[in-house]
Amino acid sequence: MTETTLSELPGIHGAMAEFDSPEALIEACEQAYAHGYRRMDAFAPMPVDGLAEAIGFKRNNVAKAVLIGGICGVSGGFGLLYWITGVAYPLNVGGRPTFSWPSFIPITFECMILLSALTALVSMLAMNGLPKPYHPVFNVPQFTAKASRDGFFLVIESSDPKFGRAETLEFLSEIGGMEATLVPA
Amino acid sequence: MATRNPEEELLDSNVQVIDPGPDSILGPGHNYGTVSDRISGVVYLPWKNTPKKWMLGAFIAFCFVNLLMLAVGLLFFKGTGIWGLNIPVAWGFAIINFVWWIGIGHAGTLISAVLFLLKQDWRTSINRFSEAMTLFAVACAGMFPILHLGRPWLAYWLFPYPNSMWLWPQPRSPLEWDVFAVSTYGTVSLVFWYVGLLPDLATMRDHAPKLWVRKIYGVMALGWRGSAIHWHRYQKAYLLLAGLATPLVLSVHTIVSFDFAISIIPGWHTTIFPPYFVAGAIYSGFAMVLTLIIPLRSWYKMQDLITMRHIEAASKLMLGTGLIVAYGYSMEAFFSWYSGDKYESFMYWNRVTGPYGFTYGLLILCNILIPQALWVRKVRMNLVLVWLISIVVNIGMWLERFVIVVTSLHRDFLPSSWGIYVPTKWDWATYAGTLGFFMLLIFLFVRLLPAISIFEVREVVHHEKQLEAVHD
Repeated sequence: MTETTLSELPGIHGAMAEFDSPEALIEACEQAYAHGYRRMDAFAPMPVDGLAEAIGFKRNNVAKAVLIGGICGVSGGFGLLYWITGVAYPLNVGGRPTFSWPSFIPITFECMILLSALTALVSMLAMNGLPKPYHPVFNVPQFTAKASRDGFFLVIESSDPKFGRAETLEFLSEIGGMEATLVPA
Repeated sequence: MATRNPEEELLDSNVQVIDPGPDSILGPGHNYGTVSDRISGVVYLPWKNTPKKWMLGAFIAFCFVNLLMLAVGLLFFKGTGIWGLNIPVAWGFAIINFVWWIGIGHAGTLISAVLFLLKQDWRTSINRFSEAMTLFAVACAGMFPILHLGRPWLAYWLFPYPNSMWLWPQPRSPLEWDVFAVSTYGTVSLVFWYVGLLPDLATMRDHAPKLWVRKIYGVMALGWRGSAIHWHRYQKAYLLLAGLATPLVLSVHTIVSFDFAISIIPGWHTTIFPPYFVAGAIYSGFAMVLTLIIPLRSWYKMQDLITMRHIEAASKLMLGTGLIVAYGYSMEAFFSWYSGDKYESFMYWNRVTGPYGFTYGLLILCNILIPQALWVRKVRMNLVLVWLISIVVNIGMWLERFVIVVTSLHRDFLPSSWGIYVPTKWDWATYAGTLGFFMLLIFLFVRLLPAISIFEVREVVHHEKQLEAVHD
C-alpha cells in the first residue's frame, strides 16, 4: 500500500505491521493494549504463549463446550442402551435382568469420547468463525507471503474507537512495527 | 513465493542435511522459514522429480491393492468358504489381521496424544506421520470384521438405528462393544489428525506454486490465518483431544481383548488380556513406525528433522513395551499351571508342543529374544539393525495373534471336535492386499500432505532460540 492510496481507500479493515520475533510481537501487543486499543488481532505461524492474553483475550469456552458434549455422550449412550435392552427389545436370557448396566459401560464410555472429540473440533472451528473463505488480512501481500511461514503481525482494526488511519499507522511504527500499512477491507 | 523452486529447496537448500545425532531433535542451522520450506518442499516437488523409489514403492503397493480387490470381489461372490475357516477355528485370519492392524494403529495415538500430554518434544517430528499410520491401519483393521460377516453388505445392521424389523443389536456382547470402540477410534483419530493438519494446510495454501494446488489446500485449510485468539482455542481443543485420545486408545485395545477374555475358551478367558493386549499393540505400533520412518527419512533427506534421537527413543519404547509383553506371556504360562484347570494346562502344553508349536517358538524368538539386542547402544545406533528388528517384531506380533486365535480354538473341549486350521491362498491374498492398501495410503500421504508437523517444528525452533538466548 503506497502513501497515495492511504486516504483514497474506500473501506479499510485496519492497520497492520510486522514484527521480527514472537517476543517483539507480544511486547507490541501489550503496548497497544496499554495505549487503549482493544479491537486488534495478532498473527503468528505457530502458537505463542501469552500472545492472546496480551491482546486482551480472556474467555476460552472450548473446554466448557467439550464438557457439555461429553455429558451428552454419556447420557445419550447410556440412555440408548437402556432403551434398547429395557424398552424396545427386552430379551430374557436365563432370567437375568434386562437392565444389566455393567455391560453398558464400554459403549457409554466410547459415546462420551466420540461426542467430546467431535464437540472439540466443531466448537473450536465455530468459535473461531471458521471456515471463512475470505478475510481482509490476506489482501496484504506480505501477510500472505509470511504469516504462515515466519512472519509475526499485529492488526489494529478500524472498528476500534481509538483508530485513526494516520495515527494508528504512526503508532505501529513507533512501537517497532515494520512496513506499517493499511489493510483494505 | 511462486518463484521459489521447490526442488532446489529440497536438494540444495542452504541448510545442510545433518543428523545431529542422538542428543538433538533438530539439525543445526534451521529457522522458522527453512523448516517450512524443507517440509513443504517435499510436497511441492514436481511429479516428474518424485523419487524413483517412491514410484516403485507406490506401484508395488497399487498392485497389491488390485489383489485385495480381487480377493474381496471373490469373497462377495462366493462367501467366506474361500477362506480356511471352519469349526472349530471359525475366527482365523480375519480376526488375527484385525487385531494386528488395530494394534499397529495404537502407537500413532500414543506418540501423538500420550507423549504430547507428557511434554516429550521429540514426538514433534514423527507425530503427524504416526497419526496417518494410525488412520490407515484402522482402515485396514475395520475391513476384516466386516468381510468376516458373511453378508458384508449388511454391516450397517451392527449399528443401533430405527429399522422396520424393529431389531436392535445386543449391547451386552463384546463384539458390539467393538463396533463402537473401533468406529469411535477411527473417527477420533481422523479428527485429531485433521486438527493437527489445519495450520499446516494454511502454510501449504499460502506457498503453493500453482493456483489450483493453492485452491485445494485453501479449501482444506478452512481459511486458517494464524490469529492469536484462534491459536488459543486451537491449543485448548488439541489438548482436550489428546486427553480424550489417551483413555480411548487404552479402551479400544482393552475392548478388543474382551472379544477374547469375556468368552470361556481356555487360553482366552484370562484377566491379564487387557493390559497385555494394550502393551502388545503399542509394541507392534512402534515397530511399524520404525519400519516406515527409517527408509522414508533417507529418501526425502529428512535426517535433520527425524534424527537419531527419534529413532533411539522409539527403539527404547519398543524394548520397554516388549518386556511388558514378555511378562504377559510368562503370566499366561504361570496361570495355566497355577489354575490347576486341566483344560487350561492342556491348552498351554498344546500351544508349545502341539501341531502349531513352531508358531509359538517363532513368536518367542521374534518378540522376546531378538529385540533384547536393543539393550546395546551400538545396535540402537545402527539403522539397518533397528529396521530389521522392527520387521522381526512386526512378524512376531502377527504370530502372537495367530497363536492366540488358532491354538486356543483348534483343540475344542471334546477331542471329537478337534481340527486343524490352514489358511488358503485367499486368506493370504486378503492379508497381503491390506498391506498394499496401507502402504499405498502411506505413499500418497507423504506425497500430498506435509508428513511432519510444520508449525510444531517451528515451536521447537522457537524453544531452541529461547534456550540460546538464556545461554548468551
